[in-house]
Order: sequence, then structure tokens, then C-alpha cells
Amino acid sequence: MDYFFELLFSGLTRGSIYALIALGYTMVYGIIGLINFAHGEIYMIGAFTALVVSSVLSIYGLPLLAILVLTVLAATVWAAAYGFTVERLAYRPLRNAPRLSPLISAIGMSIFLQNFVLLAQTSDFQPFPNLIPQFAFMEPYAAIIGSTDLIILTVAALMMILLTLTIKYTRTGQAMRATAQDQKMALLVGINVDKIISITFIIGSALAAIGGLLIASHIGQINCSIGFIAGIKAFTAAVLGGIGSIPGAVLGSFILGLTEAFATGYVSSDYEDVFAFALLVLILIFRPAGLLGKATIEKV
Amino acid sequence: MIALKDIRNAIGIGLWFMFLTFPLLVIKVNPVEKTVIWRWNNMLLIGAASFVAYLVSHIILRRRDARQKRIRQGSEQITTQSNLLFLKTPKFLLALSCTGLLFALVFPALFSTYQINIMITALMYVVLGLGLNIVVGVAGLLNLGYVAFYAVGAYTYALLHLHFGLGFWAALPIGGLLSALFGILLGFPVLRLRGDYLAIVTLGFGEIIRLILENWNDFSKGPSGISNIPRPGFFGLEMSLETAIIYLYYLMICMVLFTIFVVNRLQNSRIGRAWFALREDEIACQAMGIDKTRTKLTAFALGATWAGMAGVFFAAKTTFINPASFTFLESAIILCIVVLGGMGSIVGVIVGAFVLILVPEYLRVFADYRMLAFGVVLVVMMLLRPQGIVANVRRTYTHKP
Amino acid sequence: MPPSTLPLLNVSGLTMDFGGIRALDHLDLQVQSGEIVALIGPNGAGKTTFFNCLTGLYTPTSGDLKLNPPGRPEMRLNDLKPNQITEQGLARTFQNIRLFANMTVLENVMIGRHCRTKAQIFGAIFRTHQTVREEQAIVEASRAILEKMGLTSQADEFAGNLPYGAQRRLEIARALATEPILLLLDEPAAGMNQHETKELSHLILAIRQEGLSILLIEHDMKLVMSLSDHIFVMDYGRKIAEGRPEEVRNNLLVIKAYLGEDFIHA
Repeated sequence: MDYFFELLFSGLTRGSIYALIALGYTMVYGIIGLINFAHGEIYMIGAFTALVVSSVLSIYGLPLLAILVLTVLAATVWAAAYGFTVERLAYRPLRNAPRLSPLISAIGMSIFLQNFVLLAQTSDFQPFPNLIPQFAFMEPYAAIIGSTDLIILTVAALMMILLTLTIKYTRTGQAMRATAQDQKMALLVGINVDKIISITFIIGSALAAIGGLLIASHIGQINCSIGFIAGIKAFTAAVLGGIGSIPGAVLGSFILGLTEAFATGYVSSDYEDVFAFALLVLILIFRPAGLLGKATIEKV
Repeated sequence: MIALKDIRNAIGIGLWFMFLTFPLLVIKVNPVEKTVIWRWNNMLLIGAASFVAYLVSHIILRRRDARQKRIRQGSEQITTQSNLLFLKTPKFLLALSCTGLLFALVFPALFSTYQINIMITALMYVVLGLGLNIVVGVAGLLNLGYVAFYAVGAYTYALLHLHFGLGFWAALPIGGLLSALFGILLGFPVLRLRGDYLAIVTLGFGEIIRLILENWNDFSKGPSGISNIPRPGFFGLEMSLETAIIYLYYLMICMVLFTIFVVNRLQNSRIGRAWFALREDEIACQAMGIDKTRTKLTAFALGATWAGMAGVFFAAKTTFINPASFTFLESAIILCIVVLGGMGSIVGVIVGAFVLILVPEYLRVFADYRMLAFGVVLVVMMLLRPQGIVANVRRTYTHKP
Repeated sequence: MPPSTLPLLNVSGLTMDFGGIRALDHLDLQVQSGEIVALIGPNGAGKTTFFNCLTGLYTPTSGDLKLNPPGRPEMRLNDLKPNQITEQGLARTFQNIRLFANMTVLENVMIGRHCRTKAQIFGAIFRTHQTVREEQAIVEASRAILEKMGLTSQADEFAGNLPYGAQRRLEIARALATEPILLLLDEPAAGMNQHETKELSHLILAIRQEGLSILLIEHDMKLVMSLSDHIFVMDYGRKIAEGRPEEVRNNLLVIKAYLGEDFIHA
């Protein structure tokens, strides 16, 4: 039974990381209808920035708490800056282009960013410092759920609540919802659509960076190609839940995380990634609108 | 030409990119030895590069806007066809293809085996590019898992040889057909999907095929791959390594010519027109009586066929294959060839393949930056010249009374 | 023209729901062979939705769409795919022009011939005698249609570069290339000036002269009144009136719902 719970919590942990990335996909898709292929790389850049910053700070001997705060800050700020820049550079000029154009541009960005980090840093796996302290009170349950898992679950839940509140109750959130519904109309009622799209990218990127930081300190190592697989999986989660829908992305992420955990735990770990891809292919074929998404009818 | 305001903006951009790349490009940590290297010169480099890049792109974009404005005001004729139009005049094309062919024929006599090997690779990418061009360039279906069909072809030959001792010539058509079959099997359910979903499903499919090849040891020998695949034979004649490579080179030339011939005829046919129309507007296509699914499926399967045959050639060339040759990056390179050359344009794809494969080979300085450059090519082409280097020019039909 | 017993197009009880919204509500409509029939109504009345159901782009929630092609048995159109419906002899134009903008004018029309020709991959690669002949026939037929529509001089231009009025005509040319028996025109005069509208009206009459029946959605009342044999009026997805032009003109319901007070005084 312990094994079951171990897998359950491992699935939930995975799920919450996927959710942090999937939210970025779903928000961007909801607002400009683009699959942001480069989003996985933003997550990787968040993790790498965290690695660099925390290593430097620890070499200079700062106290753990200061390292933690500054690392989180740096990772989110820089990931957000990258997300913002990618949108300005590669997507905004193509907003009225044929649909294939921004998609190809996004793939180009993804390849570029991955190789940028490869050249600027390294292609090898880098050990990632464990930034999350081990709690003494978690000791008895360590076999089932570690301190890191607990922190990941808590942080992810907090972030999701924060995001939901932002979107529901702030002016910016309102503007985001309006832009997602009808860009032209939003423009007419005086919403600065460009700014809202930028903000969407910034929020999505920051969330991905937090996800990257958490998973990196959980697994203990990263390299520049982690973004690709994580990106596709998070995208799968977003589609599973219904792309464009925020609760859908969270639901989809947990389903995917649990499926993976149980499938690798009980079936075979060789095909870990195949499960996710197979799930993706199956959903798109049988229910392309996802679990919580609405089927859209193309206007003629 | 350049106003003070532009300079100020350019400085701003430079500073922004210096900030952006600071943690990753300037700091380098060695986590084991606990040392930090500060690479400040990188920061200056980025600052200067983005400063210049901004000004250059600014000038290009301003010129384009000005030209579009003139066109809208009617003071300049619309020239939809590119200024590289001479590339399309029949006389020039004929001269170019004759020279090209002549060069291709004498190539093995002039260059070393090493060069010939590189050329074979480039030609292989021409075939792959032309195949993907049918799918992406002509029919407008973004297939990001194209490498899967390439893998199917390569493994078909490797496995058929391993288990049944089949030779290259038997494997070539089988590889092509099997890839087409895979294309149909995958295409049948997914071609109903919208364009961007199609992209991601094909991407997933490509990865599934690779992961299966990597993990299903009994079937594919896993990551260690399959070796001792024979090069193509010539009526059982014994050939030295060098002769075998030259022979393969000429076969590859034939393959490319065959591909160009077929693709050209397909594009200028009833089916080809339907593909182009499908790229333009799916709904209007259906209203014109075109069976959407079927037309897409033929494009998808035909594209896959070429990948399959190129895969057989690949296995024969390297005599050893393993799943590592069939990653997403391979699909990205082929996509890049199509996008750079010009979607839908045969000449463009050939140019694109040679540029993207030969430049990194011969300019070793760039070899490290190869993938980085591919990413840049995709983005920049979309931004500045989405129609590619050699835009596809529509055919005109002369009236025969 | 002897009145046939069965209407060419018979729509009965057609209903279309989008989620909770009923876009079409038990619509009944008939087109007799050789007629020009107009479908009018305020914006959002469901006219284009009706066209989309008729041409298979939407699947109606309930009701029947039946076609009685001359010399062939009755066809139910409901479950056919859009391209099959075109094969049955319905061809349409679009309200917001949907030409293949990056193909030439001639090629646009040639696409229309697609469903009446049959060259396959094999023929395309080997250029068999049959394929060559078919290809030539396509070009000739397409040129003939362009000639009729007055577009010959622009045959090799990109469709997207044509002026607006010519684009509308090209849409009709493309639809004609599919050899329809019933032509569906979605606001063919939208955005045209008076002169162009007049030419269009001659064109539509000429098309009818060749034995085609026409169903058109149009807001230009002068055009509708002068062309139509029969008019259907829709509002909120329902048919609120039908009849000959003069009957509809004097129908109080129509005036109230659609034409407005001004029209009475005009």
C-alpha cells in the first residue's frame, strides 16, 4: 500500500510541475491562439538561471535563505524577460500572418534558445544544488512523500490560487479575459491588447521558471534539453484539459502526472515518455477539445 | 537615414540584451570546483551585436513598409513575383540545370572520397527536403515528425537485411511503400485536426517511433543499433570502398533527378493544384468539391514515401544505424531546408538543402553554431521573407486552341 | 417552362442549435427548377448558417435537406460531406470572399473543375494520354468560363490582387466551373457600386438562362426585387414570410421586422 501512496504523491508532484508549465501554454493559446513551442525552453532557462545564480551566491558564501530568495527572484525575472522578448521578437510581427508562420517561428525560437544555452553554458548534465531544506517533521513519512514533494505541492497550489485570483479579480485579469474572447472588441473598449499579451507571456514564463526551479532541485540535475520533453508533456496536459482553459490545464496536468507515475510504477519505466505521447495522440484524435474545453466552430 | 531616435532605441535594445543574456552568457560556474568565471567580453559582444542588428533590421523593415505604402498609393506596380524571378525563366533554368548536372557528373573525378561523402549527404537532404516540401510547402500540413518516416525506411532496410538477407534494391521500394503505409496509418486519424494540433501530433509520433526503436531491444537492437548494412550492389560485383562510394553517389544523383521529375509532375497536376488550394483555404476547397481528407492523405503519404526511400539510402551509406540519427532535430533541419529555400518551390528546396548542409560542413567555424543558426533561419525567414529565397511562382497555362 | 412536380431543392423543418442558441428554427424552403430565389432578412437572421448547413459545413440538428436533380432520384443531403454535396450539383460563393489568393485567376477556376475530372497520382507522374487530354480540357473549360465572366485579361494574375468586384465575379466563375445545377450566392453584390451591381444582375440572369437555378442571400433590395421569382424572409432563424416580390414588399410582418418604416414611405 505504501508503494501505491508513493506513486500517488510522485504523480501529484509531477502533475503540479506540469501544471506550472501548462498554464503558460494555455494562457498564451487562449489569448493569441498560438502553440508557443518555445515555452519549454523558457522553463529550462528558468532552471538554468536558478542554477547559475544559486551556485554563484553559494560560492560567495551567502546564507541559505538569501540564496533561496535571490535565486527565485532571478529565475522568475529572467525567464519572464525571455518570454517577453520572444513574443516581441518572433510572434508579434507575425500576428496577422498565415497561421503556419508564427508556428514555424516558434519552433525556430525553441531550437535557438536550446542551442543558445548549450553554447553559452554546457551540454552536460549539471548538478543542481538542493535549495529546499529537509523538514524534520516529515521524517516518518519520508518513504512516501519527501519534503521536496511537499514544498512543490504547496508552492504549485499557491501559484494556481494566486493566478486564479489575479485573473478573476484584478483589472489586468479582466482585460486578459476580454482580450482572449475578442481581440478587436477589447481594442475598441480601450484595452491595450499588446500590453495584455506581453503580460500574459510574462506571467506564463514566470510560472514556468518556478516549475523549472522546483523540479531541478527535486531531481538534482539539469541540462539544456530538459525543456523539449517537459514542454511537450505540459502541452499534452494543456490539451488534455482543453487548451485555453486554466482549470483544464491543472486537471490535465494531474491526470498526466498520475498516469505517468502509475504507468512507470506498475507497467514499465522504459516507455515513460511514450505514455505521454500516446495519451496526446489519443486525446487529439478522440476529443480534440479536451476535457473542459469547448468545441469551436470555424466561422465561414 | 538613421535618426538620433533610432540610435537611442538601438542603445536601449543593446542594453536590454546585455541584461537578458547576463546570467547565462557571462557567468560560468564550475559547480564541482566551486569557481566562477566572469566572461564580460561576451556581454560587450552581445551589446554591440544587438545594437547593429537592431539598426539593420530597422532599415530593412522601414524600406519594406515604405514600398508597401507606395504600392497602396498606386505609385508603384505590385511585383508579387520576386526580384529573383530570373531564377525561374526557362532559359536560365535550363542553363543552370545543365551546368549543375555536368558538375555533378564530374564531381567524383575532381574531389576526394570525403567530399563525395558530404555531397551524398547533401543530396540525401535534397530528397528529404523535396519530400517534406510536398507536405509542408505545397499542402500546408506542418509535419514535425517527418524523421519518423526516414527512420522507417532506414530500419526497413537494416532489418530486412538482418533477418532475410534482402539487398538494397529490394529494400528501396519496400522502404518507400512501408513509409507510405505508416503515413496513411498516422494520417488517417490526425489529418482531421487543425494545423497546429497536427504539428504537435506528428512531433509526438516522431518521438514515439524513436523511443520504440530505442527501447524495444528484441526488435531493433535498441540504442546500440544495427551494423554491417551492405552498400548497394551492382550485379554482385565486388567493389572497393572508394568505388562503392562513387557508385552510391551516382545512384543518389539518379534518385534526386527521379525525385525532381516526379515532384514536378505531381505539383503541376490536378492533385498538385488541389494541394496548393488546400494550403490556401480548406473550406473553400471543400466547397469546390475537393475531398479534404483524401487529398491531405495523398500528400502525407507521398511525402512519407520519399523519406522512406531516403532512409534506405541513409542506411546503405552509413552501413550502421541507431535511433540517435532520428531525433526531432533531424525533422527540424529538413523543415529548415524547406522554409529557407521557399515553400512549394523545387529550385528553392534544392538551394536550401545545399546551403544548410554544405555551409556548416565547409565552414567549420560555423559547425558549432549550426543548430543555433537553424533556429535563427526559421525565425528570420518567417519575419522577413516567408516565401523563402526562391519564391514559388505560379505556372501560367497557355491556351491551345 | 412546365412546372415540375417536385421542387429542385426541398428544405423542411431545418433546425440548427449552437450550444443553447437556436440559429435555425424549423426552416422550410423550396427552390423550383429554373427559379431565382432570394433569401433576405436582417443581419444575424441565420441566412449564412442556412447556407453552411446546406453545403455540409455544419451538420444540422434536425430537419431534411433534399435535392431532386433532373433525371436522377431524390438525394438527401444531410449526411454528405461538403465535397460530396458539390458533386451533387450545389455550388456556392462566400460572403467574405474566400478565393485562393496566391493562385492565379485561371487556376482558381481550374480548381472548380476538380470534382468533374479524375486524373490520379499515376496519371500525373506518367502523363498518360488521357491525363494530358483531361488537363487540356480543364484549361479550355476554365478559359471559357473566364471569358463569360469578363476576366480573361486577368487570367494569369494572382486572385488576391484583383479588385473587389472582380474577386466577387471570380468566386462565381469558380462555382460555375463545378457544373452546378443550383448556384448559391452569399451576398454577391456586397461592396459593389451601382454599375457593378447592374452588371452582376445581368450576369445572374444570363446564368439562369443556361438552365441553372439560383438561390441568393442579398441585402440590396433593388437587386432582390428586380431579379427574384420568389423571396423568403427570415428573422431569428425562422421563416417569417415568403412569396413573389410584390407580396413580400407588402407583407406587414416583413416591413415591421426587417424593412423598417422608411421603406413604406419610399
